[in-house]
Amino acid sequence: MGTDPDSAVQRNRFFEKLTPYLFISPWILGFLFFTLGPLIFSLVMSFYDWPVVGERTFVGVDNYRVMLTEDPLFWDSLWVTIKFGLFFVPFNIILGLLLAVLLNQKVLGSGIFRTIFYLPSVISGVALVTIWAWIYSHEYGILNFLLGLAGIEGPNWLGDPSWSLLAIVVASLWGLGGTMLILLTGLQSIPKELYEAAKISGVPAWARLVFITIPMLSPMLLFTFITSIIAAFQQLTIALLLTGGGPLESTYFFAMYIYDNAFQYFEMGFAAANSWVMFLIILALSMLVMKSSSAWVYYEGEMKNKEQADG
Amino acid sequence: MAGVQINQLHKKFGNLSVLSGVDLDIADGEFVSFLGPSGCGKTTLLRSIAGLEDINAGAVILGDREITQLAPAKRDIAMVFQNYALYPHMNVYKNLSFGLSLNGVPRAEIDERVQNAARILQISELLKRRPKQLSGGQRQRVAIGRAIVRDPKLFLLDEPLSNLDAGLRVTMRVELANLHKRLGVTMIYVTHDQVEAMTLSNRVVVLDKGKVAQFGTPLELFYAPQNLFVAGFIGSPKMNFLSVDATLEGARSVRLGGEELDGTIDVALNVPISELQNSGHTLGIRPDNVELVAEHEAHVHGQVVLVERLGTESQVHLNLDNGQSFTIITRGTHPVSFGERVHLKFPAQHCHIFNAAGEALPRALDAETRSLIDRQKQSHGATTRGEER
Repeated sequence: MGTDPDSAVQRNRFFEKLTPYLFISPWILGFLFFTLGPLIFSLVMSFYDWPVVGERTFVGVDNYRVMLTEDPLFWDSLWVTIKFGLFFVPFNIILGLLLAVLLNQKVLGSGIFRTIFYLPSVISGVALVTIWAWIYSHEYGILNFLLGLAGIEGPNWLGDPSWSLLAIVVASLWGLGGTMLILLTGLQSIPKELYEAAKISGVPAWARLVFITIPMLSPMLLFTFITSIIAAFQQLTIALLLTGGGPLESTYFFAMYIYDNAFQYFEMGFAAANSWVMFLIILALSMLVMKSSSAWVYYEGEMKNKEQADG
Repeated sequence: MAGVQINQLHKKFGNLSVLSGVDLDIADGEFVSFLGPSGCGKTTLLRSIAGLEDINAGAVILGDREITQLAPAKRDIAMVFQNYALYPHMNVYKNLSFGLSLNGVPRAEIDERVQNAARILQISELLKRRPKQLSGGQRQRVAIGRAIVRDPKLFLLDEPLSNLDAGLRVTMRVELANLHKRLGVTMIYVTHDQVEAMTLSNRVVVLDKGKVAQFGTPLELFYAPQNLFVAGFIGSPKMNFLSVDATLEGARSVRLGGEELDGTIDVALNVPISELQNSGHTLGIRPDNVELVAEHEAHVHGQVVLVERLGTESQVHLNLDNGQSFTIITRGTHPVSFGERVHLKFPAQHCHIFNAAGEALPRALDAETRSLIDRQKQSHGATTRGEER
């Protein structure tokens, strides 16, 4: 026989190792071409003056320099986004937690309420914005109508710079069903005996929430904290459709700034540089939160795998 | 300290009746076990006493105070849970002190109580650790410590040893008995393990389908079971049962006979009875009370289907001639073997008789057994009976 048995064995082994990668290759290819590729490409782009049509020129870090030192809109939009985040993140988590705690009670129809509260998260953004546009409308909106019944003359929610950002915060919170759902699953994984033991020890309900529920829920709270920060920075749809960034740029978010640079002014290189700055900010914030987490997040893994070591 | 009285307690889950008319009177300082198969209602009964379950009817009285409607915290009780229920994010000290600090106990007193409980349970050097860093036995101690710091009138323990491995369970059992002796407080202990119940308790409540089948000292349950359920539940391997005919021979003696038996057995009664139904009686006899004899002396005959040799004894499984399976225990390594035909005799003093309703007739016990039972009834506290198993 002519073939060398050793090399045949080795070839077999190579294919054996390759098989699992072949099975997941559709995902790998998709990731390379549609995620990692564009990511690196955008980094390259950010060092170019890159109009959609016409000559591209390498400009080094010029895009970053202009953005940080010459374009006041960069700082303004960043400030609007931060203000938005300062409202959105805490409210998203606190309201999500309160709803989750309420829905975790054994009450009649809690399943129905769970569905109702999650429903807005399923509705498309555009439909959502349309609903809110009607609610907030100065002339025929239901909000001002209701305020009128109480004898209050409602402001022009979307037209008044002192109210517009708040109006968008409230509209964004409409979608806190996702946060609620994550926290609800977390609540349901806390062993009931902890509460029973606390009840017998005379621990009042508020203390059970503060000293048992919240610490046991901290990994989920950390997760929702970070995803809320990311969501705040990526806020675009609602503002774009509801206010278009106005009035007086009071709702001109950072994501909208990127959007305008790319699709209004066709400065692809500049927009790419914007995106990378946003990415770095989110990265830095997330790392900060992660770093702080060792002080306040408790990772369980204890009640579930009952290690039965000897004493 | 206080005794516990339970009157006509009823509990339903939806349409399912879990406890129906439980009456108990537990003395001050007693160690009482609730014993029964799973689903008999023992844990529900314990949780009802704790106030963790709302009951449908009845009353729970602790000492001279009715606590039926009180919140768990107001009942002056402490409970140890099966899976310990330690707060995983708090260290041992916090676990012990958490309830106290929220109830306005001064810090110095909390510290004193925690240190005291830690000393009793020998966990003083573990106070800074978290539950995750403890072994199963240590966690169990912390859980018990959390009960001790409350200084309750009543301890409730829900299968506290069932998550421990066999060796540790025996050690912790002895420690629990010592703890009870030391604290002198009333304890109620739920278990499905009859060895735990028999060794730890002053008295045992055997529960069957939400009713008290018998409430008595461990030896009473063993030597004088009041019904078929208790007779079959207590003791391992289980008591053997045979259908027999019974006739009264004078007021204090019952003659057993019938198709299943060769010859008759005269069983003496403790209390005279005047009437006896003729049919539906059951003879019960424990495997180690059966004697292997020659064919002409025997009451029943059978064939060996399995011999399990355990060293000090051998468990022999038989098929009787009527097809019924039967277990006997022989001392040491008795030379019976598979397929052999054997002849069994039932000594009259070891026979239990049950009527058609499953109730035991009051059989006479020999003087030695009776004094053993009486002594156990009188003793309170001293319950460590070593480590069989």
